[in-house]
Amino acid sequence: MRKTLFESFTHGPLTEPPPPADETGLAELAQALNRTARAKLGRSLSIRQVDAGSCNGCELEIHALSNAFYDLERLGLRFVASPRHADVLMVTGPVTKNMREALLRTYDATPDPKWIVAVGACAVDGGVFAGSYAVEGGVKDVVPVDLTIRGCPPNPRQLLAGLLALLQTAS
Amino acid sequence: MALLDSIAHKDTAKRHRPWPRVGVSDEGWRQAIDLLAGGRATLLGLWGDAPDVHMALLGEKFDNIAVLTYTCKNGTYPSVGARHPPAIRLERAIRDLFGIEAARATDARPWLDLGFWDVQHPLGKKHAAKKHAPYTFLAAEGEGLHQIPVGPVHAGIIEPGHFRFTCNGEHVVRLEQRLGYVHKGIESLMAGASLDDAAKLASRTSGDSTVAYAFAFAQAAEAALQIKAPPRATYLRVLMAELERLANHVGDIGAICNDASFALMHAQCSVLRERTLRAAEACFGHRLMMDAIVPGGNARDITADGASHVRNLLAEIHRVFPRLVELYDNTASLQDRTVTTGIVKADYARQFGTGGYVGRACGRTFDARRMPGYAPYDALQFEVPVLEAGDVNARVWIRIREVEQSLTLIEQVLGRLPKGDVRTAVKSKGEPCEGLALVEAFRGDVLVWLRLDGKGRVERCHLRDASWFQWPLLETAIEGNIVADFPLCNKSFNCSYSGHDL
Repeated sequence: MRKTLFESFTHGPLTEPPPPADETGLAELAQALNRTARAKLGRSLSIRQVDAGSCNGCELEIHALSNAFYDLERLGLRFVASPRHADVLMVTGPVTKNMREALLRTYDATPDPKWIVAVGACAVDGGVFAGSYAVEGGVKDVVPVDLTIRGCPPNPRQLLAGLLALLQTAS
Repeated sequence: MALLDSIAHKDTAKRHRPWPRVGVSDEGWRQAIDLLAGGRATLLGLWGDAPDVHMALLGEKFDNIAVLTYTCKNGTYPSVGARHPPAIRLERAIRDLFGIEAARATDARPWLDLGFWDVQHPLGKKHAAKKHAPYTFLAAEGEGLHQIPVGPVHAGIIEPGHFRFTCNGEHVVRLEQRLGYVHKGIESLMAGASLDDAAKLASRTSGDSTVAYAFAFAQAAEAALQIKAPPRATYLRVLMAELERLANHVGDIGAICNDASFALMHAQCSVLRERTLRAAEACFGHRLMMDAIVPGGNARDITADGASHVRNLLAEIHRVFPRLVELYDNTASLQDRTVTTGIVKADYARQFGTGGYVGRACGRTFDARRMPGYAPYDALQFEVPVLEAGDVNARVWIRIREVEQSLTLIEQVLGRLPKGDVRTAVKSKGEPCEGLALVEAFRGDVLVWLRLDGKGRVERCHLRDASWFQWPLLETAIEGNIVADFPLCNKSFNCSYSGHDL
């Protein structure tokens, strides 16, 4: 264990500079955040992730945000275990009918002010699952969406760019 | 034909490949159930295709597969689950989707239909949905027992599902799973879809196994249409499948340790996972390699400098991974959590036909790459590691050994990658045809069965994830363990929710 720990002193950090904030995201968010909310949030956001029917591809890439290369927490963003501790709900999937109620309850459990980020192609409009008897068709059809991060799945840099837009607008 | 020798059958489907599909009456169906209940065959799948029900069987030596078709009478078929429990959830799913009943079934509760759909029996005779009776969990009675309901929304970045624990103090007396929350209706979307669209859906059945699903779907379609992907494409498929296995295994080894609060392993393994995904992107233009495998071959060739990216990755893993394995093996506080925790009984694994590292960690030698095998794994050298202990530690060790095997497989592929095209034209012969494929994903065998119409469109496609036969064993593995060890057990299984719920 010692060798592994010492090695991290000798080689430089793996962490890479973050990408610039997503321009479209900034425009999308300009309307979503009011001054009061900005003051309350400062430069830190707590995120609660909700899988509302994704194939799990988005979750893998959201997980990657915490690895040494992207190191999400250095930017003031962190994942929390409870919606009650969250400022942001990050929702993936086409929202299956079977998850609709669970998503709504999670939304209601998140204190105001709160923002909803829809992540992935199927969170936008159902993606390849649109039209099925078992899906609602997109996060916006169930809860109001403030920011969309596209991609199937979006890679960690795209996720970071979107979240940074949220952070910049919010602070 | 050993399997079919002991099963009375009538007509054999003319264009079902590569294994036979036969029609059976009550007698043949009963004989098949006898084989399953007697441990002389393994249930590979059971799915509806109104008015029929199909059952896929695997022979004792894993070398032969057969599909049996029973045509329902008044919408019922004799229950398999009543005598062979691994079929129970599959029968409940068939009822929810098709309205076809298993006669004398022991469990009449719904499985995928949680009462939120607008329609009932969406793949069979559709009706407007009726109000569901409240779901009753199985009983656990005794003094001092209490229940802990968990989910569907869990506390991490993971898929949704409900776990109902009944506990005595810290000890779990019974766990019952309630799944179906991420049911997207993939099989209904596939009905009538073009091969390309259906391949996209198959690739999104379970994101962590997108390569394996695309691989299995392509193989089933190719078998049905009697076409062969070019040799270069099949070798590149192995490269992708092994990169996917590598990424998932190293990521999960770290994540299991993280569930025992050993963050150092998690941090180090996450770096290896990220490097693997970056190499995959450099080779195939997508970190998870989604949609890279299509019926007829691959959507794209490996990039010109792809091989050098993979070689660098291999060098890095060879440098770092042995030290991490040593770290795992020599950290007593970590071993204290994983050794003898969450033991799966070998008998259950055999009975349920549990694939992947869950089965191989308790003595079940099955690996679809070896038996029944598929190209080009038959031309490559690799070992299938097997252990007996069946605990979390054994599952970690199987994955460690499989990482090493994936590395040698990737080296072999790079060393002998054939030249030529990576895609061949996919043409329908103008007649309906059927195909079956069994492909080893990182978590176990994925079964894809499909029927194409005369124009080469999908009429019916069934996808069966390895998780169907792993989830029930998680219920048995946690019994008698403490609640705090559940995340550890769960992660060491890492069953798919999306792949199961479809």
